[in-house]
Amino acid sequence: MRSRLYPVFKYTVIALWACFVAGPFFWAMTTSFKNANAVQGGPTYLPWVQYKPTLTGWRNIFGGAGGIDVIDPFVNSAIITIAASAISLALGSLAAYALSRYRFKLGFIKNSDIVFFFVSQRIMPPVVLVIPFFYLLQWGGLLDTIPGLVIVTVALLLPIAVWVMVDFFNGIPREIDEMAMLDGCPPFQTFVRAILPNSLPGLTVAAMFCAVFGWNDFFFAFRLTFTEVQTLPQAVVALNSSIPPWWTLSAAALFGVAPLILLALWVERYLSKGNLSGAVR
Amino acid sequence: MDGLRRHKSMFLLPGLLTLFLIIIFPLLFTIRVSFSGWNVSNPRMDFIGGTNYSAMLHDSRFWASITRLVLLAGGTVLIQYVIGFGVALLVWRNVRGRRFWRVLFLVPMMTTPVVMAAIWQTIFHESLGPVNDLLGMLGLTRIPWLTESGPALAALMTVEVWQWTPFMFLLLLAGLLSLPKEPFMAAAIDGAGTWRTFWKVTFPLMAPVSVAAIIIRLIEASKLSDSVYVLTSGGPGSSTETPGYYLYIQGLRDQQTGYSGAMSLTYLVLMIVTLTVVAALLTRAFKLKGDA
Repeated sequence: MRSRLYPVFKYTVIALWACFVAGPFFWAMTTSFKNANAVQGGPTYLPWVQYKPTLTGWRNIFGGAGGIDVIDPFVNSAIITIAASAISLALGSLAAYALSRYRFKLGFIKNSDIVFFFVSQRIMPPVVLVIPFFYLLQWGGLLDTIPGLVIVTVALLLPIAVWVMVDFFNGIPREIDEMAMLDGCPPFQTFVRAILPNSLPGLTVAAMFCAVFGWNDFFFAFRLTFTEVQTLPQAVVALNSSIPPWWTLSAAALFGVAPLILLALWVERYLSKGNLSGAVR
Repeated sequence: MDGLRRHKSMFLLPGLLTLFLIIIFPLLFTIRVSFSGWNVSNPRMDFIGGTNYSAMLHDSRFWASITRLVLLAGGTVLIQYVIGFGVALLVWRNVRGRRFWRVLFLVPMMTTPVVMAAIWQTIFHESLGPVNDLLGMLGLTRIPWLTESGPALAALMTVEVWQWTPFMFLLLLAGLLSLPKEPFMAAAIDGAGTWRTFWKVTFPLMAPVSVAAIIIRLIEASKLSDSVYVLTSGGPGSSTETPGYYLYIQGLRDQQTGYSGAMSLTYLVLMIVTLTVVAALLTRAFKLKGDA
């Protein structure tokens, strides 16, 4: 039944999709080594052949004249992402453990309803919350500060952490808890000593999703921080205009997305082993 | 197990209370604001009844943005599902460089939407971008991608498909990898071909993962606004505005705070109702039980 043409078809489709996926990165990479002349003459693709590569764009993002500084926004983004992810993972895995192991009943509210309350927060469009956040942070003196942005970012990340971890804990045999408790371990220690060490793959996946959504958030940062705290997406978008310093924009964009791409390469082994299939059931 | 009863709330409450506090005050605030005449010239929360809501009913720009979002989200999620599933099937097994393709196909989802939208804006540039250049090489006419409404929507959809097909791919590949082997052996013994095996075995087994992946993507797509902001600024005119973007214009740029509060709550309720109905329909269509 397998036709001889099938492999040809298969590798053609894979190659086409690969070109589409990689195309924008190739374009950004080549553009980041151009200068005004190489951009304004029309599209060119091959360095050395079609244009002479320069380091102008890359120099501009590391404090060159007429450029931007990406180091401060990078540090801000890193602090906010790491802090919000850590808080979300800590609170989220505690809550997920409780929801996975114990039965809750508050009137008609049961475990599945509580899980749904967490996960349903992902439906909330950021624009619905941003005006109240603005006034709440202003009232608390947290507008345009890192702690302020960490707090609102937790609202974005906590649902993800709970969602991934509930299903992961459900997949860990209850015998592990019972053995620890028979040894006289109190519940909290059971969680820390027996469950968490067995949860590294799940925690890694949850941490990766938190890092991606935290790092990539633009809207909250755009509206809730201004001059004191600028995040990396804000810094890159500020460069985006119709008169193109495209070489600087491309260098800044590549610099801004590189950390997460490296993270993806590292975490890939956990992702494609089917660990996530539990999380979507 | 009585000692546990007292502990279980200690595990749950910190997370539950945190989320509740971060979400509930803003939501109550927005409800209150939506009944006020708060705007750029009158920053007070005076009660004006349902005036904002009745104005909204006649705001064709708002309703057009809702319709556009439904078409955009529905269309791009369908395309993402078909491509994501197809590519996942191709690199599932028996392919050279399997690991390389799997990693490569995940990368766009890791990148910052606004940052990549800025790159896409240069790609779609009418005279200096590579898309029109390639069209020219093929002897086709150049298209004003970002300055005409039809092409601008197509460009926006292309960016969405590029960014989020990897997410579908990831979930569907994870689903494929965790499928049991026996049904496939049985199908092979029965002499079922590739096509038949797909429709009779793979697709039904993948139904729960498919429904979950589609719903998750629809939820995320319903918030579409960042890439609109960077790529087209809602233009030309208001032809690529989504509710998220229109609300940003009204509420934050033009400071029609009360009015944007009314619209954002309506938008939220419409999204919840639509997504619930779609989830129920999909669950029934695939004959799934429980809460997919």
